[in-house]
Amino acid sequence: MNEQAPLLIGRGLHKSFGPTLALRGVDLSLAAGEVLAVMGPSGSGKSTLLHCLAGILTPDSGEVTFAGRRIDQLPDRQRSQLRRTAFGFVFQFGQLVPELPVVENIALPLLLTGKKRRVALAAAQDWLQRLGLGDIGQRLPGEISGGQMQRAAIARALICGPSVIFADEPTGSLDSVAADEVMELLIDTAKATGAGAVLVTHEPRVAAYADRQVTVRDGRIAQPATVLGAS
Amino acid sequence: MRIVDDMTVSYALLGLLHEADRHGYDLKQSYDRMFGGTRPLRFGQVYRTLSQLQRDGLIAIVGVEAGAGPDRKRYSITAEGVTDLERWLAEPEEPQPQLQTVLFQKVMLALLSGRSAGEYLDAQRGVHLTAMRELTTARRTASLQDGLLIDYQLFHIEADLRWIDHAAGRLDTLAAEIQL
Repeated sequence: MNEQAPLLIGRGLHKSFGPTLALRGVDLSLAAGEVLAVMGPSGSGKSTLLHCLAGILTPDSGEVTFAGRRIDQLPDRQRSQLRRTAFGFVFQFGQLVPELPVVENIALPLLLTGKKRRVALAAAQDWLQRLGLGDIGQRLPGEISGGQMQRAAIARALICGPSVIFADEPTGSLDSVAADEVMELLIDTAKATGAGAVLVTHEPRVAAYADRQVTVRDGRIAQPATVLGAS
Repeated sequence: MRIVDDMTVSYALLGLLHEADRHGYDLKQSYDRMFGGTRPLRFGQVYRTLSQLQRDGLIAIVGVEAGAGPDRKRYSITAEGVTDLERWLAEPEEPQPQLQTVLFQKVMLALLSGRSAGEYLDAQRGVHLTAMRELTTARRTASLQDGLLIDYQLFHIEADLRWIDHAAGRLDTLAAEIQL
């Protein structure tokens, strides 16, 4: 890893939902361009951790710093703005708008940041080509396969040129062959664009694509991170 | 990495001869390329296996070129050999549980001796994950054939990992049960 300060840092993160302690003091950091897998059993707190790091949830205590700036204390509007421009998201299900053709789904983040429709659609078309989806741009999400849907989701996550991609079980609904294709694409495009990624998964085969893996158990990091290339 | 045990070497050679008649040297080359991994066949084993197959009537020598040495012989599969190969190909293998009982033993003995089985499992998980990451990296530049073999290894390591996580989740109840 490089010597620079990490791009994204979570320190002492705690988060409860009613009586349930989801996070009990998590420290975690991500270097620029690094792909980190967060593993753990169901209910371990790994998705909550992703949501806190991505500024979707506010931790009860602790802090999240992105590019040297506290983001857990930002007002909602600024956090939304940050999520749109600096972060990309890939989830397991239900992320494409069913009524919109694939190309418009991919263009959505650009449209939300105020880009002209023509420019946004052209960029989306570029991404479609790049991810091997060139001929399905006009189809609706319900008319394409699960693997194609996840590839479209990756295109949408990357279209704004994010610094960090947050992926929560991105292959959860796919068979192993489609899962491998999606993961290779996700890693290749992240590396090609210089984006880092936080990848939440309970599947070791998916986590094995990451540069580094940590395991969350009972709201804490269960093991020291293994660093790529460390011996 | 050895994926084919000695008993299946003869079927591998039969299969290669089913594709085409070959010399012993060709057979060794083809075998090593397809199944050898990091442990190529020894010539002695090739010729020993061939003479056994010949004795059983599953292959025959169809030509001997001028010169000396076993390499001059050209082998062909017989009708009987084809039948035997077909039978073997269609026959399901007994599932072989990965008898890595040492993982199980370490957990049990850690609990019995009051040591931390959880720490052991965390360390084991780390080593398994590292192996998976290395295999996944290797697969990305591998041929389809090599990739499929790596997939086989990945799925088996993943099975171990599932067991490790499963065991980690039951340590408390397990400890209580053992000490009864």
